[in-house]
Amino acid sequence: MRFTLNGSAISLDVVGTRRLLDVLREDLHLTGTKEGCGEGECGACSVLIDGEVVDSCLIAVGQVEGREVTTVEGLADGGRLTALQQAFIEHGAAQCGICTPGMLLAAHVLLQQSNRLSAADVREGLAGNLCRCTGYTKIIDAVLACTK
Amino acid sequence: MVTTSTIGRSVPRREGTAKVTGAARYTDDLVVPGAWYGKTIRSTVPRGRIRSITLDPTFDWNRVVVVTADDIPGDNVVQLIRDDQPVLAPKGGEIRHKEEPILLLAAAHRATLEEAARHVRIGLEPLPPVYALEEATEVFTTLEIRKGTVVDDLEDGVVVERTFRVGLQEQLYIEPQGAIAIPEANGAIKVIGSLQCPYYVHRALKRALKLTDQQAVVVQAETGGGFGGKEEYPSIVAVHAALLARKAGRPVRLIYDRHEDLAATTKRHPGVITHRTVVKEDGTLVSQDIEIVLDGGAYCTLTPVVLSRAAIHAAGPYFCPNVRIRARAVATNTPPNGAFRGFGAPQSLFAAELMVEHVAERLGRSSVDLRRQWMLRLGDTTATGQVLTESVGSELVLDAALKACGTVGRSDGRTVKRGRGLSLVFHGSGFTGSGEKKLQGTIGLEALADGTFRILTASTEIGQGTKTIFCQLAADALGVGLDKVVLAPQDTSLVPDSGPTVASRTAMIVGRLVQEAATEVKERLKREKAPLRVEKSYIQPDSIHWDENTYRGDAYPVYAWACTIADVEVDMTTGEVRVTDLVTAVDCGKALHPVMAEGQIEGGSLQAVGWATIEEIKMNDGGYQNDRLATYLIPTALDAPRIRTILVENPYSRGPFGAKGIGELPMDGPAPAIIAAIHDATGVWLDEVPATPEKVLAACASR
Amino acid sequence: MHEVNYLRPKNLAEAVELYRTTPGCRLLAGGTDLMVMLHACTLRPEPRALLDVWSLPELKGVRRVKETLEIGAAESYTAIMRSPDVQRDLPALVAAARTIGAAQIQNRGTLGGNLANASPAGDPLPVLLAYDAVVVTDRRAIAIDKFFTGYRKTALQTDELITAVRFPLGRQVAFRKVGTRAAQAISKIVMAVSRSPARIAVGSVAEVPLRARRAETALDRGDVDGAVAAVAEDIRPIDDVRSTAAYRRAVTQNVLRELTQQ
Repeated sequence: MRFTLNGSAISLDVVGTRRLLDVLREDLHLTGTKEGCGEGECGACSVLIDGEVVDSCLIAVGQVEGREVTTVEGLADGGRLTALQQAFIEHGAAQCGICTPGMLLAAHVLLQQSNRLSAADVREGLAGNLCRCTGYTKIIDAVLACTK
Repeated sequence: MVTTSTIGRSVPRREGTAKVTGAARYTDDLVVPGAWYGKTIRSTVPRGRIRSITLDPTFDWNRVVVVTADDIPGDNVVQLIRDDQPVLAPKGGEIRHKEEPILLLAAAHRATLEEAARHVRIGLEPLPPVYALEEATEVFTTLEIRKGTVVDDLEDGVVVERTFRVGLQEQLYIEPQGAIAIPEANGAIKVIGSLQCPYYVHRALKRALKLTDQQAVVVQAETGGGFGGKEEYPSIVAVHAALLARKAGRPVRLIYDRHEDLAATTKRHPGVITHRTVVKEDGTLVSQDIEIVLDGGAYCTLTPVVLSRAAIHAAGPYFCPNVRIRARAVATNTPPNGAFRGFGAPQSLFAAELMVEHVAERLGRSSVDLRRQWMLRLGDTTATGQVLTESVGSELVLDAALKACGTVGRSDGRTVKRGRGLSLVFHGSGFTGSGEKKLQGTIGLEALADGTFRILTASTEIGQGTKTIFCQLAADALGVGLDKVVLAPQDTSLVPDSGPTVASRTAMIVGRLVQEAATEVKERLKREKAPLRVEKSYIQPDSIHWDENTYRGDAYPVYAWACTIADVEVDMTTGEVRVTDLVTAVDCGKALHPVMAEGQIEGGSLQAVGWATIEEIKMNDGGYQNDRLATYLIPTALDAPRIRTILVENPYSRGPFGAKGIGELPMDGPAPAIIAAIHDATGVWLDEVPATPEKVLAACASR
Repeated sequence: MHEVNYLRPKNLAEAVELYRTTPGCRLLAGGTDLMVMLHACTLRPEPRALLDVWSLPELKGVRRVKETLEIGAAESYTAIMRSPDVQRDLPALVAAARTIGAAQIQNRGTLGGNLANASPAGDPLPVLLAYDAVVVTDRRAIAIDKFFTGYRKTALQTDELITAVRFPLGRQVAFRKVGTRAAQAISKIVMAVSRSPARIAVGSVAEVPLRARRAETALDRGDVDGAVAAVAEDIRPIDDVRSTAAYRRAVTQNVLRELTQQ
């Protein structure tokens, strides 16, 4: 099967019913995408498919045939952190960091959709990404800082 | 060149870039060539005797490594406080809880493991289980704290008696438990894992696998949250992985999935706390008689220490001349409970703070005023007889929180009622009593030939900022830039034992050692050349006196205070409680890194909000019904209130720059404040957490 | 568990044929339920193949079909919420879609999936009942009030494939979900109400998404109090991990009163 991963064309020989999450982590050695629950509840496995945020534990890899997949590794431009990644560091939005990749991707989509986000918008947009460390406060601060 | 100190500045997190790029490597991210997968086979009954363990011969067991209790070379004991918990329940032995580990399997592929698991037959003879705390007869431990003489009643006095219940809570670190064990040369076994306390795991490995100090090597990988849930439990995961690796002769990955983690690992101790408080008509607090019963689950784990902290905080941050606290922890046939942020204090402070509300209501007084009347102040004596000689933040935080809050928008709709509640709490920083003295935590600091400095500590980064803060402290004392300071990995073969990363001790106790070591290194570099190495161990100040037998004296080096104000909306149609705003003022001594200090408060507060509202565990025959993330609910970003933090700096002379430990304190305040807010909104008093919509609606209906 | 094949038909005709002829075949759309169960090995009977209908153009889209609005069975809830037609004509469906999971789930969840699963807690299902929607399959149209036949059972034949859901226009429906938390929540009760015609549909209070018939009769004659009293008899809630029968009964009544006042 063929798809685009973080901007590059990929060709894989895999069983199509395997979870995209497992193919990313085990076959492609991209471990930035995390497994927090395997049930589509925590969002730690979030990736983008054609710019939409989804839980990769719920995607059969065959379903990304011909699609564009973006993982956290695809955010930074050749080592240069995005404004959002910088904001996460500056505002203390990452503590243990396990939710951070998924959170960044979900926030990235929000920022692409609108430059005028309220805190309520951000909360709703990130509602599928559980964080246990931060209370979400500084995550929301970091995302809002990027809307200026 | 003068280097500006970064103390008090929110510098970038040391490992921040790795975390935002996905480069940080957590346990399951590590690639270990040749590693097999491991799995734990667990009891499906809450109590019984193992009559047989059979491997169904229709399955090809050649592809699988099987470990039972017979394969344990050392003691079949999970090394902790009491030797009561087996690593694996043996044939003929007693099962004491659902999910108790019996057997371990390892195989090259997960599918093989799953199939093998289906071919294991455990013959169990069920025994009658005990679930309810009230029916438990086996007592793990008791303790009593006395001050003065309590009275039952008082002429022209007022007596308020009330009982409170607190529920189980799962730590819910977003990264599940996991360890990878790698057999190495000379009988050594290295375990890499998601953990808070490398040396706890080290001791457990030595005991069960009969290893020397050098043969057992424990390395902490980047850890995705702990909150106490990875204080003692990882010892079990590590020993299991090590046993498999030893028998398989190859590395084994033992990574829990969320369901197993929820079903089998430790939870916050639930309990029942009863207060009988006697006051004079003018509000003077005369007597507090308190009884605490905590449910420890099936095995002792850390229960005596949890009970200890619960008891010491049970009277609340108030001065009372006559106090009796009788505390006991009992055993039930439920999975063992263990460490979770707060460690007994959230439970007992919940009751203490609500008692203030009830007494105030009885007297027709404002509970804020009553707190002012009762609160411990500088020079006062606590329930254990500790004189508070410095850094008492009680009134500071109360005033700061009140000042920060406007008036609550008064209630409104028929259907949605708003209310506000307040709590005042304190939390002892550092280990209880002689704990720090016994631990003698040690760190090292090296000056390397290339002009950099390396901190050697077993204190772990679990998101709270250990690495960043230690580098700040060292750099400041050395007078160098942050970029000149690095940390050695948290690897027991490289670093000494600074003690566990628990008990709100890391910044205050261990950070201070880092500071002292750096100061000494700087001094020595005036006379000597690098490389050189300094070690610093904790020395208990002479002024700290604690009597373990009478439970009297200086329970903690210092307390930190917090005042929380919670605003809630209660939907009268559904009983749903929405916490809209939380304001917390925290007396932290000194904020070494303000953003990280706020982060601790915000995160801990939301965990407490969850405990107070939606984090409920229902039991079913001694097991947890809520064993998936779809059913064990933590707050999402939409559930979370706006949280505002006010840091009050009221220095403690022995903390680095005056810093006190605050990691657990944020857990103590929100729950009673929320219950008080629900009462303010609806007129209804709940006596337990979680205050679920079912309970709120029923209470409002029966009003 | 054996390896499960992945089948990806190019069009609906091929999908229908494969579904009919492939043994042990399960339909895969958004995967929000199926992939969880596949990974946990809880699908019964054990599947041999997954037939991916997510990308079939015939199952996507929102279109006017005479006096109805037709939504493709594999249209995502996000796309449904963004459709100007749905926003204008079926605002209760937008409201319901918004309460499903969170962004990640809304981007993949589908009406086809929710219907085929027939979970009594499916959030949009009471809305479909209140609108008197019609389930369109590859061979017929099934009225929604005939669709749910038992606990997680539907009127679908063995190899019948849902292609679209059709909604009549011009009906006002009010919706409320009472979840276990503010997002990513399974409902404790979920309700959709239409005054005219009188429809009271409730989820999570029976083994199927339920039409509360006695309550509807009362509502039909304008007797709100009567409807509130009757709905307690219509429903058969249970105690479970999420909530209690008593709570569900009380809240059903409270929410019905609230929604009839909108």
